[in-house]
Parts: sequence; C-alpha cells; structure tokens
Amino acid sequence: MTKVTIKVNGKPVTAEVEGRTLLVEFLREKSRNTGTHVGCDTSQCGACVVHVNGNAVKSCTMFAIEADGAEVRTVEGMQNADGSLSALQAAFQEHHGLQCGFCTPGMIMSASDLLKNNPKPTEAEIRHHLEGNICRCTGYHNIVKAIMAASGQDVSNIAAE
Amino acid sequence: MYAFDVTRPKTVAEAVEALGAEEAQALGGGQTLIPTLKQRLASPSVLVSLASIDEIKGVCADGDTLTIGGGTTHATVAQEAAATYPALAALAANIGDPAVRNRGTIGGSLANNDPSACYPSAALASNATIVTNTREIAADDYFQGLFTTALEPGEIITGVKFPVPQAANYQKFVQPASRFSLVGVFVAKYADGVRVAVTGASEGGVFRWTEAEAALSADFSPAALDGLTASADGLINDLHGDAEYRAHLIKVMTKRAVAAAN
Amino acid sequence: MPKDHGIGASQKRREDVRFLTGRGQYTDDINLHGQTYVYFLRSDVAHGKINSIDTSAAEAMEGVVRIFTGADFEGIGGLPCGWQVTDRFGQPMQEPGHPVLARGKVRHVGDPIAAIVAETKEQARDAAEAIVLDIEELPAVVDMKAALAEGAAKVHDELSSNLCYDWGFVEDNKAAVDEAIKNAAHVTTLELVNNRLIANPMEPRVAVGDYNFANDESTLYTTSQNPHVIRLLMGAFVLGIPEHKLRVVAPDVGGGFGTKIFHYAEEAFVTFAARQIKRPVKWTSTRSEAFMSDAHGRDHVTKIELALDADNNFTALRCETYANMGAYLSTFAPSVPTWLHGTLLAGNYRTPLIYTNVKAVFTNTVPVDAYRGAGRPEATFQIERVVDKAARELGVDPIQLRRQNFITQFPYSTPVAVQYDTGDYVATMDKLEEIMDMSGFAARRKESEAKGKWRGLGVNCYIEACGIAPSNLVGQLGARAGLYDAATVRVNATGSISVMVGAHSHGQGHETTFPQVIAEMIGIDESQIDIVHGDSSKIPFGMGTYGSRSLAVCGSAMVRATEKVIRKAKKIAAHLLEASEADIELKNGKFSVAGTDKSVDWAGVTLAAYVPHNYPLEDIEPGLEETAFYDPSNFTYPSGAYACEVEVDPETGKVQILKFAAADDFGNVVNPMIVEGQVHGGIAQGIGQAMLEAAIYDENGQLQSASYMDYAMPRADDVPFYIVDHSCATPCTHNPLGVKGCGEAGAIGSPPAVVNAVIDALASGGKNVGHINMPLTPHRVWKAINS
Repeated sequence: MTKVTIKVNGKPVTAEVEGRTLLVEFLREKSRNTGTHVGCDTSQCGACVVHVNGNAVKSCTMFAIEADGAEVRTVEGMQNADGSLSALQAAFQEHHGLQCGFCTPGMIMSASDLLKNNPKPTEAEIRHHLEGNICRCTGYHNIVKAIMAASGQDVSNIAAE
Repeated sequence: MYAFDVTRPKTVAEAVEALGAEEAQALGGGQTLIPTLKQRLASPSVLVSLASIDEIKGVCADGDTLTIGGGTTHATVAQEAAATYPALAALAANIGDPAVRNRGTIGGSLANNDPSACYPSAALASNATIVTNTREIAADDYFQGLFTTALEPGEIITGVKFPVPQAANYQKFVQPASRFSLVGVFVAKYADGVRVAVTGASEGGVFRWTEAEAALSADFSPAALDGLTASADGLINDLHGDAEYRAHLIKVMTKRAVAAAN
Repeated sequence: MPKDHGIGASQKRREDVRFLTGRGQYTDDINLHGQTYVYFLRSDVAHGKINSIDTSAAEAMEGVVRIFTGADFEGIGGLPCGWQVTDRFGQPMQEPGHPVLARGKVRHVGDPIAAIVAETKEQARDAAEAIVLDIEELPAVVDMKAALAEGAAKVHDELSSNLCYDWGFVEDNKAAVDEAIKNAAHVTTLELVNNRLIANPMEPRVAVGDYNFANDESTLYTTSQNPHVIRLLMGAFVLGIPEHKLRVVAPDVGGGFGTKIFHYAEEAFVTFAARQIKRPVKWTSTRSEAFMSDAHGRDHVTKIELALDADNNFTALRCETYANMGAYLSTFAPSVPTWLHGTLLAGNYRTPLIYTNVKAVFTNTVPVDAYRGAGRPEATFQIERVVDKAARELGVDPIQLRRQNFITQFPYSTPVAVQYDTGDYVATMDKLEEIMDMSGFAARRKESEAKGKWRGLGVNCYIEACGIAPSNLVGQLGARAGLYDAATVRVNATGSISVMVGAHSHGQGHETTFPQVIAEMIGIDESQIDIVHGDSSKIPFGMGTYGSRSLAVCGSAMVRATEKVIRKAKKIAAHLLEASEADIELKNGKFSVAGTDKSVDWAGVTLAAYVPHNYPLEDIEPGLEETAFYDPSNFTYPSGAYACEVEVDPETGKVQILKFAAADDFGNVVNPMIVEGQVHGGIAQGIGQAMLEAAIYDENGQLQSASYMDYAMPRADDVPFYIVDHSCATPCTHNPLGVKGCGEAGAIGSPPAVVNAVIDALASGGKNVGHINMPLTPHRVWKAINS
C-alpha cells in the first residue's frame, strides 16, 4: 500500500492505495466523490472524465498513484463559488441536456475542457470533442445545443425549435 | 487487475533501473495498457510509469527534423507540431478522444504497435528514427509485426525523430465502434521520394505500400494510383470489414491523402 | 406565449440539479456497513456439461467469505417467466427452468456458474481464478433455423426441441391471406433481419442485498425500472420471502431502455446470499459483464409478403418470423415477438387480411427480451420496408402509396385484434413533408452529386401500441401479471403534497412532469408537490416504467387519486364555508361558493383536514390522502411519420445522416421539452440500430461484439440535430389526460426511414438494391454497391 495525497476540488485527501487502485476508485471510494461514474471498462464511455491539473482525463484509465500530488477537479467542484450552477451546468438544465444523468458528469467535465480552449466552438467541433463521451438518452441534440448556448451562441434557430 | 506496484521515476536512468526488476513493465499513458490489465491479460509485478520523466517530453524542431520526446502526449503533439509538421499534428489530434490524447503518448503508442494505431503509419511513412535509452532504430527496422517491435525488454523510447516532409497527409477511415483505424494511410513526400504507410489493415501490423510509393514518386497525384490495386493478401478480416474491403480502402485513402497533401 | 406552469409547460427539470452537481444517488453509490462483494464466475463456453466444480482452493484464499454454486440453490425457485404464450395448436409454450446459478449445464457465454463472496472485489476475482471447473463443451446452437433442424443439439435436454412456441395470428385469417396473396395483382416479398441489439444504458446493473436478522427483513437495492415487479417475482417465485419482509429500492437509475425491467439472477443472488452470510452483498457489473448478462433485444429473421391489387391498394400481408429467445426465457421475452409485434402488423394501413407466424427459438446465446419499442420496431421495420420496396417495384411515389392506404376513420378495428381509438396519419405526413422541406430535396441531391456523393430520402410511418396495458386483455393473452398502476396523493397539513407513484423515473423526468399535472388540477404551484418513487416500502403497488406507460397509466392513477382528494377537499371546504358541496368550485388553488365572494384557500382546507377542530368528523375522516389504481381500457396508439436524408460516399460505402425529421402524434403533451428529448433519444437509438449496432455471435456462441471496441454505440458525430414536431395531436379517448406516451416512438419510427434513405441514395447512383440488412455499416453498403 502506498500513501497518496490528491487535492480533490481544492481539498487534500490522503489515503492508502494499492498500485492497481484507479483514480476513479480513489475518488468514489476514498474521497467519496461518487459523482464520477464508471460506465465501461475499455476507456470509451467517458462517464469518468475529471480534470487532472487542468486537463480532462479518464479517471478509470489512470492509477491513483499517478495522481499523487495532483489537483483533481470533479463534477462536484464545478458550481459557482456561491453554490449556484455554473453557466455550463445551467445551460444543460435550460436545454434539457441530460436525462438519466449518468453520463452527465463526464459530459460536463469534457464540455468545460472544450470551452476552456475553444470559447465559441462550432457544432462540428463540439460533436468531435465529445467523441469519448457516450450518452444513451439524449441523442446528443440537447447536449450539443447546451454547450453552444453556454458559449454564448444563439441556439434559437437550431432544428426542432 | 492483478496486484502490482506502480513506481514513478523522475529520470530515464531511474526508469531503466526500475525496469530491471522481474516482470517489470513500462507504463506510458496507460490508455491501452490499463484496459488490458483490467481484463487480466497481463500480470506485471511492477509498472514503471514514465509520465514523470520530464527529459522525454516535448516537441523540438531543428532544421528539417522534428524531434518528439517519447513521453509527449498526443494533445501536446497536436498543438506543438502543428507549425512544423501539420499532417503529424492532425494525426495526433484525431487519436482516440480528447481525454485519451491528454494521457496517451507517442512512445507508448509506438512501443505497443497496435495494428490499428495511427502513429506507426506516421513513423513508417516519415522514415522516422526511434530513439531509445540505448540506441537509434530506423522505422523500417523497428516495426516487426502485430504488437511486435525491435525494442528489447526494458528498453525505453526516449524520442522519435521525424524528417519533415515537403508534403504529407494522413487519412483515417475509422472502425465505427472503437474509432481506431479500419484503414489509415499516411503519405509523405520527400525530396528523394514518396513513402506510403498503411495501418489498421494488415494482420502483420503497419506496412509500406511500395507500389504506390513508386508510382507517387514518379507523379505525386491521385491519378498516379489509378492502375494500382492493393493486395488483399494478409489483410484483416473481421466484423467491420473483410480483406477485400480493406484493400479497396487502402487505395481510396491513399488517393485522398495525396489529394489533400497537394 | 408558451405556458410556464401546469400541463403544456416546458418546465426545467428539478432532478437536473443533483445530476449536474454529482449529487445523484445511483445504486453503486450505496455502500453498507460490513458490505461484502460478489464476483460471478461465468461460463466461457456457450454450451457445456458441468462435470465438477472444485471450490476448495478458492475457499481458502484471503478475504473469501463464502462461495456459492448451483448446489446451494437446491429447493429454491428459478427465475420466473412472466408471460405464457399459447401456440397455434392450443398448447402452452415450452418453458425451461432458469436457475440462479447454473446446474448441470451452462447454456450461454456468461451463464453464472459460481458466486464468490469476499471482503473486496479483487479478492473475489482472485478466488474465482482458483476455482477448478470441469466443463465438457457441447456443440452450440446459435443460428435459429439450424437450432430447429432435425438432430440439432438441445439447449434444454428436458424439452422436446429448441422450439419455444410456434405461434400463428390470426390463425383464422390464414387461409384467406394465402388466397389473397395467390390472387394478387402484385406481391412484394422481402427477407430481412432485425438485428440483435444490446440496450446499453450507461449505468451498468448493480445489486446490493442486505438482511436484518433482527426483524427478518431483506432489502435489495437494484438498478430496476420496476422495483415492485422485482419484489413480486423474486419474493414469491424465487426466494419465498413474503412481501412485507422484502423491500426493493431502485434509487436513481442511469437509463433502462427495457433491459432493467427484468428480474435477474444477480438480484436474487445478493438477496439470498445476504441472508446466508448475514452481511450485505454488493455486485457491480462491469460493462464487459453487461454484454454477456443483460438481456439483449430484437434478433428476428423475417420473411414478409405484401399483396396489392391493380390499383395499388394493400390486400393482404403475410409474415413469417423466427425470434430468438436466447438460452432461457427472460421475464417478458415470449410476449415481444407475439403480442407486441403481431398485433401491430396493420401499421397505419387498411390492409384487410393479415397473418403472421412466429417461431420462437432457444439458442446458446444471452436471453433476448424487450428493448425500447419491443416488438413494435420489428413490426414497423417490416411493414415500412416492404411498402417502400413495393413502391419502388411499382414505380409509384412511396409517400403517395402510403397515403393511398392510410386508415382515415377512427376508431378503427384492425384485422389483428386491436382497435385504434384516434389518429390522423394524413396530418402527420403533411407535417413531415413541411418540416423536412421535401420540396427542396431535388436541389440538395444535386449539391451532393456535385461532390460525388449520392443523396437519398427515406420516409416511413409508424403506429405503436403503448400505455401498457389493459389487464383483462393481457391476461387472456398469457400475461401472468396485471398491468395497471397506482398512485397515492398525500396532502400534508400545510398544503404541500407528496405523490407516491408506481412508475419509476430513470431519465424520463417524472419528478418534474407529474407535479405539473397535479398543479394544473388544483391550481397550486409545482414547487408544493414532490414525487416519491422507486422504493417498495414507500409507494403503493406499481408495475413500473416501460412500454411508454408512465403518464398514460400511472399518470391516470395519479389523476384519479387527485380527483378523490379534490372531492374530499370540496366537502371540507363546503363545511368551512357553510355551503352546499355542490356549490363549491376549485379554481387557482381556491375553493369558493359559486355566485358569492366566500372562499377558502387550499392551505386553509388542508389545515382543517389535519387540525379538525371545526370539522364534520361525523361525516368525513380527518386527513387528506387518497390512493387510486388505474387499469387502462385499451392501449394508446401514438403514431407519426419520419424522414431521413443521407449522403452515401460511393467509394467507401460510408453513410452520413444529414437530416432527420419526426412528426409525431402523442395526443396531449404535459412537458414539450421533455417529450422532444424523449424523441431525440429514441431516434438516436433507432439510428444506432440502422447504422451501427449489432450483437454478433460466431458459430461457437462466442459474442464477437463484446465491448465498445466492437459494438458501435452512436456518438455525437454520428447523428445530426433532429427536427421534431408533435403539433398534430389527436388526444387519446380513454384516459383522463388524453395522453399516448412518447418514450419509444423515436426508436420504433426511425430505422426504416434510414434504410429507405440509403436504398434511395443507391438507386440515384444507379444501384438498385432491394434491401440491405441493418446495421448499414460502410462495409455492407460498399458490398451492396459492388455486388
């Protein structure tokens, strides 16, 4: 067992882990951040995406030991300082960008990663960026729309309006 | 996963030492290795993470050569190689997905030599040099078949030197489920000729399509390929496409790569 | 001005806040004190005889608490099947046992053989590798027709063959249908496959069993669409635990799509094992396990023939289907190819004579059961493909051929036993042509041709039967359960309301939409109303959520219970206002005496009910809480018209979906935003079936597409923005809200539009292809172009 300390949403969490303990297991079982989900075991669904030192990564495909000393941000740390929904989260609610909610944490973390580097992405850029995030409920329509809206773009003329 | 330790050396020397342990295995970005471990298809005693070794990270252009550290992520290559070698940067920008690109490394990809991975085609088409902690290996000697390379046990890819071509392009036709290449073709034009490397298609891993190279060296245009047919011998037959289809796609993707490179 | 309140308002979902901030509570987020973990050792062969299982070495390993095998389930029931189909000859279907853990034989890859309970997940898995199995591999039956051949290996030795049933419907029509086809001016024939799918809700299944020996009470936390159904089946048929000692909780559930309806072995196991070891037992499926243990969907092989007269009127339809049941009968499996499929074969058309024959077959594959649409997508696909092919053969416009044969008078009794109460198929087709901008198609096709691409337009209609289902009717058809639902409306003293419902929300947004209905009825704000669901100890009996039934059935129960509440509240108000009950009106949350200015508000009445100081105790009980059960008198019949526009790259066979439109008739709509979201999701799953998804077995019964590396899930760049419309509304005539249900429509209505579009695109490129089986992968399309 190895002792690791990971700063999760600004708070240091220290725990003993095995070599094989994944970052997602550390988050769900040690720091109790159960908002980060596991939807597959082949690194494809993206339900587990978190930010490690500011970069989106799949927390099911990284060992906790590799994150020792890192700053990790999860969906639980995405609200505004006053606890209200961030602009991105609010856009997902406004535009019905989620149904069962299981893929949602990964979607929020991937989308915020996109907007950080590309503040006004096109529809095609959003769809390409979400290649590693699978949603089975929404058909992606409202997710893409929500991300466009969160980036300040007019979504009123998107199909189905 | 079976139980193992994970170490995080800070230098190549420390990593080489750690890899000397019984059943030790190098861990690059882990984007392929960790899913493999989850299936219990590997049982290392210790994984030596290369992610903390700064000396093998980075992209550096020097004259006609672009050198990429073995521990450089796809995301970094996508960004930092864009000015010097745009076709390579574009390839890196379309490996896996953004989260995978933030962890996966060029050294890890080349060491694994998955028959459907993108990077091997770029390395082979560019006649890149694979630099390890002990030697330099020409791409033509490096790729030795499915998941097989010239690397010795414990040898670490510290860098890859790419001669920058006059023109190049990579065309990836994705397998719809995995989003790996069903067929990927990298075409690179140099002063001394054109090289064409194909990934995703062959049971033997990445390979050069030498007939196309000859035709394109004489005339670097899609029409130069008109009379050629890629052979279906030894190509992969699977759920997503048979050998005949892959052979057909090799030609289509090569033509498109040439058209895009021009 | 769109409504912002009550029925018809696109209210934002209240459940979103917890999901967007990581505060949802899914089953895997539940961890109990002293919890153990189970790992299931599963068969890696499709068919084999278990000679021996030696667990002795594994039992001695670190952390192992106990190892169970089939022998531990002697005398305990197997997993029950909830529907018995009677065959063409009046005989019941062949119904094999379905043990919790395999006994004697393994029958599919993934069949659980042993269950290792240990202190940690990894210890359980380590111990599984130390179990010594002696399994003699037997020949596997995979192909359905081969499974029925003379001398085929039998999946179940105790059955006479691999035929579960040979069903004919309507048997009395058979001779007339045969005759009509023989004498038809034109007959279009099509053989097709409805590809086997895996539902793949993003949350894998999880089950946590707990046992409190002090009061002999068991609790199961599970990823279920219908906790009461699980309680009933598991309690009564498997473990023999009476309902009052068994609680089933389905908390936040990450999608279901049918595959979380069924009662699974893992649920029974953790409940059983927790009682045995007197500690909680948790199982979390990996995705790899899900591929070989979640019930699959579809998997029909069909021949369909459509007869037309000289004027292109449909005169008869005959269909012969082989339906895969897999290795065991999953909970509702027998109903899917029969009553959820055969009864829909009239589609939107006046075809007077219809006959279908369905042979359900056991194979050495994972059990197959309902997946979004269940039977109705299969029916729609057959009809809409054969109609399209007929139009092509006859050289007539496919939309015109459909219009010519539409049912236009309602109610309409089909020749396949159901009565459509309402609909307007002309209106939805008109709407579709408008929203799809069909008049601009020719110009768009030219643009594609200029790029070397072939553009195609495909259209189809659909009808579905949902709001499942009238109990009397389904009882006659073999259902072993009633299909009503229930709701309790509990009004609290200050006027707030808790509504306990039998429907389960796992993405549908009931917590938002159900309060909209009650708010409208009473005239109070939605924020005063909360929905409670998913816990058998808190809610009245309910049949759960599937078959687009939540609002149509459970919502109707909720309306009935609310009506009872209002009736009683009016009595209380009459007393408080010293007026006659008949003169009391409820409007905007206020009770007033007609024609006067006397009134009392909602909270005044509810307070009186709970503080009955000035209260007619001799006439009315205190309190304000009512329960209603609602059993529908008919199915509901949502319908619509869908269109898809594709571009085919003839060099590679790659198909890009450029445009997709859906014009649906769902009757009345409570929350348009949520309805549209349901349609979007359904369309994406339909596109997945048409373009990407296939569960493929090799001849040895090994699943080839056993992970997301080979099973292609639709991703964001596989689909376009969808154009959806639900303005053509003919309200359901027999439920109080006039609602029809919208959950499955997208998945039912979309596959034929996609395939019809690709066939059309190929035709524009000079390749007249009769049919291509789904999924239309680049490889298959390229083959079709080059064959």
